[in-house]
Amino acid sequence: MFNKIQRFIVADILKNRIVLAYTLLLAVLSWSVFSLEDDSHKGILTLLNIVLLTTPLVSIIFTTIYLYNSAEFIELLLSQPIRRRKIWNGLFFGLFFSLALAFFIGAGIPIVLFVPVQTALILVVMGILITAVFVALGFLCAILSRDKARGIGVAILLWLFFSLLFDGLVLFLLFQFSDYPIEKAMVGVSALNPIDLARIFIILQLDVSAMLGYTGAIFKDFFGTVAGTGIGFALLCMWIIVPYLASLRMFVRKDL
Amino acid sequence: MIEICHLSKKFGKLEVLNDVSLNCAPGQCIALIGPNGCGKTTLIKSILGMVIPTAGTIFFKDKNISRDFHYRHMIGYMPQKGRYPDNMTIGQVIEMIKDIRGNEEKLDEQLIEDFGLNEILDKRMRTLSGGTTQKVSASLAFLFNPEVLILDEPTAGLDPLAAEILKEKIIAENKKGRLIFITSHLLSELDDLVTHVVLMQEGEIKFHMPTSSLKDQTKTTSLAKAITYVLKNDHVQ
Repeated sequence: MFNKIQRFIVADILKNRIVLAYTLLLAVLSWSVFSLEDDSHKGILTLLNIVLLTTPLVSIIFTTIYLYNSAEFIELLLSQPIRRRKIWNGLFFGLFFSLALAFFIGAGIPIVLFVPVQTALILVVMGILITAVFVALGFLCAILSRDKARGIGVAILLWLFFSLLFDGLVLFLLFQFSDYPIEKAMVGVSALNPIDLARIFIILQLDVSAMLGYTGAIFKDFFGTVAGTGIGFALLCMWIIVPYLASLRMFVRKDL
Repeated sequence: MIEICHLSKKFGKLEVLNDVSLNCAPGQCIALIGPNGCGKTTLIKSILGMVIPTAGTIFFKDKNISRDFHYRHMIGYMPQKGRYPDNMTIGQVIEMIKDIRGNEEKLDEQLIEDFGLNEILDKRMRTLSGGTTQKVSASLAFLFNPEVLILDEPTAGLDPLAAEILKEKIIAENKKGRLIFITSHLLSELDDLVTHVVLMQEGEIKFHMPTSSLKDQTKTTSLAKAITYVLKNDHVQ
């Protein structure tokens, strides 16, 4: 299943204390949310907000730092007869697999136990996709700058943007253009933020889209259909593929 | 065996290599010398594919190396300052490289034994001194019986005993017909090792000639004197 480089990286990361702490944190949060809340719907909503805040943060920061700290390892591999592409792919799958596994063990198991099957599936898949998106963005941050501090700074800013600032901007636009029928445009805008995409998917699953008001109805009309779901998934996948391929392109041409 | 044609490399505006051409045959032991920052390491890294040239091509056994990686099976590289993952032990690093190279041919573990690395295989890389790290780098470079050896400042940081072991190993490998590149600033140390000299200055190759003819032309007896003579008088054919 894994090649040698991936095996080595997975073994290395799974021993990492931060990943263990992340798994533990998710486990404590999810178990306590589901134990304290009788209504599993409310539990999911609480968990959703926690997961959509921590998973991107840990994924992007851990990836960026890990890549900077692996500079030596990458250098060592480069002088060996290995394709550059293979080194980068190995790092990506190693990081993605370990972080997705951490998410699954920490949050996935309680979700599967407490939540109805279909919703649980969507939640777990979204968590894993969001992990992949932010691992890919972490790769982009790490390759863009040789300077570790700057790279990590960009990673934090990206997380801040997608988690907090983006929603602020959307709200601002909503108020500014509240006289116009911009509900349809909101569907387009939401595609610009992978976290929002994941959130919409899950909220629609829970049948609480009424909470989103009229925009929610539009969302339901669009993302509720098979075609809309397909497009939503495709958009999330683009959020993984585009940043990763961009970083790969840069890595293949980089001087080390 | 290695043919470099009109190689140029720019880092931004800085021109590190300027139209470098060089042809190296098996059995040569080439000293790559020149002042700091003249492009020696960049040239070496270009051969290894770690630096991607702005212009020009490098042929390894008549095959263009750009976008290829198989040729690196035939190269052993000892970096100037080897950097290894901190948390791995010496044994793990050696095992991992063996695993990656996957050579079935006989391994040459002579240096691992001679440097006494066998006794400290479970030490972590971050606890090692600079010299011991160099020993690991050297052992890895020679481990796979490569046809080409590229040694960037091999004896810097090694104690006299280890340096002597390494030098004898280099001579022995050279006698087997291997092509060896050495960069070093310790000219006196190169004297009994090298068969050819390449002098680089400001990204250009000043000359590439056998040591004996260099000594003849400059009427000197040692490499150090010959190079000093050339640098002062600035011409030799």
